[in-house]
Amino acid sequence: MINLTPVIPELVLACGGMALLMIGVFRGDGAMRSVAWISVLVLVVAGIASGTLSSDRQVVFGGQFVTDAFAQFAKWLVVIGAVFGIAMSLSYNERHEVARFEFPVLIVFATLGMFMMISANDLISLYVGLELQSLSLYVLAAFRRDNLRSSEAGLKYFVLGALSSGMLLYGASLVYGFAGSTGFDALAGVFKTGSGPSIGLIVGMVFVIAGLAFKISAVPFHMWTPDVYEGAPTPVTAFFALAPKIAAFALFMRVLTGPFGPLVAEWQQIVWLLAIASMILGALAAIWQSNIKRLLAYSSIGHVGYALVGLAAGNETGVRGVLIYLAIYLAMSAGAFCCVLAMRRGNRMVEGIDDLAGLSRTQPMVALAMAVLMFSMAGIPPLAGFFGKLYVFLAAVQAGLYALAVIGVLASVIGAYYYLRIIKIMYFDEPAESMDRPVGREIGAIMAASTLFIVLFFVYPSPILNGAQTAAAALFAG
Amino acid sequence: MEALLREYLPILIFLMIAVGLAVAAVGGSWIVARQRPDREKDSPYECGFAPFNDARRQFDVRFYLVAILFIIFDLEVAFLFPWAISLGSIGLFGFWSMVVFLGILTIGFIYEWKKGALEWE
Amino acid sequence: MIVQGLAFYMFAAIAVASAVMVISARNPVHSVLFLILAFFNAAGLFVLMGAEFIAMILVVVYVGAVAVLFLFVVMMLDISFSELRHGFLQYLPMGGLIGVVLLAELLTIVVGWLISPQVGEVRAHPTPPIDQLTNTHAIGRILYTDYIYLFQAAGMVLLVAMVGAIVLTLRSREGVKKQRIATQLARRREDSVEIKKVQPGSGI
Repeated sequence: MINLTPVIPELVLACGGMALLMIGVFRGDGAMRSVAWISVLVLVVAGIASGTLSSDRQVVFGGQFVTDAFAQFAKWLVVIGAVFGIAMSLSYNERHEVARFEFPVLIVFATLGMFMMISANDLISLYVGLELQSLSLYVLAAFRRDNLRSSEAGLKYFVLGALSSGMLLYGASLVYGFAGSTGFDALAGVFKTGSGPSIGLIVGMVFVIAGLAFKISAVPFHMWTPDVYEGAPTPVTAFFALAPKIAAFALFMRVLTGPFGPLVAEWQQIVWLLAIASMILGALAAIWQSNIKRLLAYSSIGHVGYALVGLAAGNETGVRGVLIYLAIYLAMSAGAFCCVLAMRRGNRMVEGIDDLAGLSRTQPMVALAMAVLMFSMAGIPPLAGFFGKLYVFLAAVQAGLYALAVIGVLASVIGAYYYLRIIKIMYFDEPAESMDRPVGREIGAIMAASTLFIVLFFVYPSPILNGAQTAAAALFAG
Repeated sequence: MEALLREYLPILIFLMIAVGLAVAAVGGSWIVARQRPDREKDSPYECGFAPFNDARRQFDVRFYLVAILFIIFDLEVAFLFPWAISLGSIGLFGFWSMVVFLGILTIGFIYEWKKGALEWE
Repeated sequence: MIVQGLAFYMFAAIAVASAVMVISARNPVHSVLFLILAFFNAAGLFVLMGAEFIAMILVVVYVGAVAVLFLFVVMMLDISFSELRHGFLQYLPMGGLIGVVLLAELLTIVVGWLISPQVGEVRAHPTPPIDQLTNTHAIGRILYTDYIYLFQAAGMVLLVAMVGAIVLTLRSREGVKKQRIATQLARRREDSVEIKKVQPGSGI
């Protein structure tokens, strides 16, 4: 019989999601809050279940599913992102009359898809997990269906997401055709022993990378990001920036170091290019934005670029750097989006950067949190963002990618300009009309937690550093 | 391979006859009969009434919901075919595997029923 | 054998011709109908390759359901076709360029045709000879047991699709009168009949 122990987290999510769907549909939309809190419970239980599994590499279902320390680390990050996403959405959804119980249920299903992506050990399970996640996200992006911008965001995301899935499938079918297998272990074996990969395989691999680059929104496959981030409801945008990006990144790392590991010379140049383009565009395009959500979208593109620097190194140190970067990025984005969610005036969301003017006087705590987060995103020591960049650049330098590290540092200097501009607007501009108070319990709590994490990271960084170390080692052990 | 394709030969012949007949009927009338169209002749015939409005009216989005729910259950049925014919060799495990799959979709079915997506109003 | 060859060329020619018609037909409904024709011919090609099951699924799912969905969508949208065609020439150079790039890629692959020598070893489930076991049997033997993980995951994807379609498009209309049998049966005398003592000479 099949050993089901390694898939317990996925089973918890799947059964929990379906049970929540039933609770919701029998209790009606009035039960939104209770469904949401039970969803959080389900997510946390799934995270704990994943954490208590043995951290040894276990492969089940004939090699389609793998769990190891890397999967555990990534799944924890995803769970935190999803929990934040649900908590941030509660009061927003109620205010905008979209308090429907499907919202947390869809987040649970999306998280299930992300778990499957992280644990994929076969091109088919990769694709199925990715589709399960994307399908839920398309619906979430268009969740405010009476809002034109939200529907537009959903549609754009869907069309471009379908395009990227198509590219991924095209690449996967080429790889399958030329190598004869979809299993990651078998593929790695084929690439290791073969006398150099054939052109068909390389084209296939490039298509797979392009498809995945869409999902992590690396330049030049980033064009959907600003529009979708701007149009989607803000909690959904926050969720997009947190969980799916981390899951897609984990998948990207597993695919590149696992089956395509022996082809490191071939993919390194692609990742190198993606990293440079993302860092530069993320830094430059954000300067002219006047909408805070668009700005954060470009900022997230930039962060993807920095994380890719670590991946370009292509070794254990690099992957460790990426994982640390992702963990810190999770905290920074969660905090930043909480600040955006706190920007309400007369019960309406405002999204302009100018609306932040003088926030230090009207809402000093929010302004302080935002300032800390912006300093951290800019990479100013001793905040956590600095350490994130430090580890990826160190990995790049150790791998001899000096040009990449230098460009990365330059891009973060340029990027610092727009982060500091926000701080300047908040602290030195004349106050605009004051924002609504209070900001809300959940949002305040997440904002405080992430800010504290950012500030105090350097005091006690070892859990994250060690976790990332074990996870990266697990990825290269097989 | 040969044997398999021979099984499909009747279908091929059937298709040929169908296409040939259609071509003959339309082509024949086109060649033999005189063509003298006018506005009245080209207008759609609707049981003797003058047509109320254009046939290309916009459809309600509700049709779309019905169609997409139909596709989902159509796919479910597609999964049932190979299962049904190979049930003998996959045993109880295969049987329960399908039962779980159907269970997942039944959850979806209960959801749409309770939501009223199957009612037309 | 010769019939097989002829059938191949017939299906292939009609498939390509109807694919061209899909993008060049003036009327979108005609485009969808040509798409159905293209699906049919693709199904024919699959049969010629011995992939019966996929051929039948193509007919059942694509022709039966997806094409109907396409028709609904085309009829639901109020598309003005002269406007759509308007940008055709404008986008032709870019589209053509992308097409040429894709063609070049395909040619590179064909030229660099080199299948890994280990294909035979790593294949998980080689297709059994068709005269021993039909395609559908072969799929049935592995899909529900060896690939149970993906099979159940596909179920979850379908479930999410169902939820998504309902979340995004279902609206309950106001002011529609309909029979609610459960409410009818649950009605009790106390809920609807009230006895009032009416004094002579005064109303209620």
